[in-house]
Amino acid sequence: MVRKERAEKAARGVFALMAAAMVVPLVSIVAYLVWLAWPSLGWEFVVDVPRRGMTDGGIWPAFVGTLYLVALSLAVSAPIGVLAAVYLNEYARDDWFNRLVNLAVINLAGVPSIVHALFGLGAFVYAARFGYSILSASLTLAIMTLPVIIASTREALASVPMAFREACWNVGATRWQTIRAVVLPNSISGILTGVILQVSRAAGETAPIMFTGAVFYKAVGRGELLPYGLDEQCMALSMHLYTLATQVPNVKESLPYATAVVLLGSVLLVNAAAIALRVWLRGLKKW
Amino acid sequence: MSGDVPKIAVEELRLAYDAKEVIHGITFEVRRHEILAVIGPAQSGKTSLLRCINRTIDFAPHARVSGTIRIDGEDVRRVRDVFALRRRIGMVAPLPVGLPLTIYDNVAFAPRSSGLRRRADIDPIVERCLRQAALWDEVKDRLGSLGTALSGGQQQRLTIARALSHQPEVLCLDEFSIAIDPVTTMRIEEVLKELRREMTIVLVTNLTQQARRLADRTMFLWDGEIVEIDTNEVIFSSSPKDPRTRDYVLGIFG
Repeated sequence: MVRKERAEKAARGVFALMAAAMVVPLVSIVAYLVWLAWPSLGWEFVVDVPRRGMTDGGIWPAFVGTLYLVALSLAVSAPIGVLAAVYLNEYARDDWFNRLVNLAVINLAGVPSIVHALFGLGAFVYAARFGYSILSASLTLAIMTLPVIIASTREALASVPMAFREACWNVGATRWQTIRAVVLPNSISGILTGVILQVSRAAGETAPIMFTGAVFYKAVGRGELLPYGLDEQCMALSMHLYTLATQVPNVKESLPYATAVVLLGSVLLVNAAAIALRVWLRGLKKW
Repeated sequence: MSGDVPKIAVEELRLAYDAKEVIHGITFEVRRHEILAVIGPAQSGKTSLLRCINRTIDFAPHARVSGTIRIDGEDVRRVRDVFALRRRIGMVAPLPVGLPLTIYDNVAFAPRSSGLRRRADIDPIVERCLRQAALWDEVKDRLGSLGTALSGGQQQRLTIARALSHQPEVLCLDEFSIAIDPVTTMRIEEVLKELRREMTIVLVTNLTQQARRLADRTMFLWDGEIVEIDTNEVIFSSSPKDPRTRDYVLGIFG
């Protein structure tokens, strides 16, 4: 009995230690970054433009560029992904077509981003003649996030019990009436969470946009809200970070770190918003 | 329709899921305004039979149906508007499924999906159905609260109210009492006796005593075949036609 208890305690201790070990890298990364970035950090850093050959100043063009890319790519991939998932989960029979799409989704989710980049270059920049532009880069990011959105949406839909659907069908409701009245309201929190988590992925990727529309430098007014056209190239935070860290000589030491903190901070902020939204929608959930 | 056409006429009904046949060509009738009980052990095809009648079997991807089911002489497998067909049939599932909606919305769901919008049209339907299901007095003050917050027995009566909300001609109940207590079961049984004046009832049940109490006739379904279908006087007598019926009713097997 006593031995069992001791074993139980030991096991618990090991598991807790491993769980705690998860936190250590995260905290140390953030602390390290903030420590080194501190001299540059501030609101001014975000809204100012790069100065003195990018060795000083702020990151506004890159910040807005990332905002553009993420918003545009999700505006494309979220509706397509969610609707496709609704079709696959609610309408499609379990036949060869469904399995084929499933296989495609899984494999597409596993394709490295650099391959997506090459595809975007061929498909959007050259074949579709969108050129090196925000449009090409956003579409490439959309293709990259699409399979994950489909997969997470399907999972959210599948978590709604089958009995709810059957109860609706039994009273003569169509599939669409069932989806609208019961399935979507009960899976919307999961769907939105899946979509929002793709924000961080789209914001962080460098390769796909580097090949298709992101540039080292672009002159933009300080704090200007609509600096880019769809057919223009843009700067982006992830790319800017790479540039500062490796391509520009004599950069102020805190600059790349501050850029990283802004990128990380924005992503964390979006994720926090996602969690808040999820909690709120869960509260509305009725079972 | 004339009175001598049976409410439901099933002829040579076969149902297979992929290669596995679960109903092997059964033929029987349900008469107007009777309660027909369907008894039999698990896996004998009772639930599948109900799903064939209201064609929710269409949603099972691997199911293949042959034979005919006629309601008022009309072949259900040939009806054009399957949603209208389902509204002619009320269906109550074994476990109460309160949709994650309010009590009011649960009952109003079917009227709304068939196109009613005005509250003045829907309110009376909700009240009538909840009264018919013997639930009105318990919930009339909290129609806006969640259906899922009710007790199991109340939820089952809510699903009955929902099944009545589209004014069905046939009410099918699939082992409605397995998740609720005996007292509530008795109340629902009283409700069914009342409803029988207005509609035809098919009662699938595991409880042979329930079939005995409620039904006019009872069908003993076993392994996808009808062992015997007859009036309760015969089925529950000491000498039904098939000895297996007597053994099952007495609890010797099954």
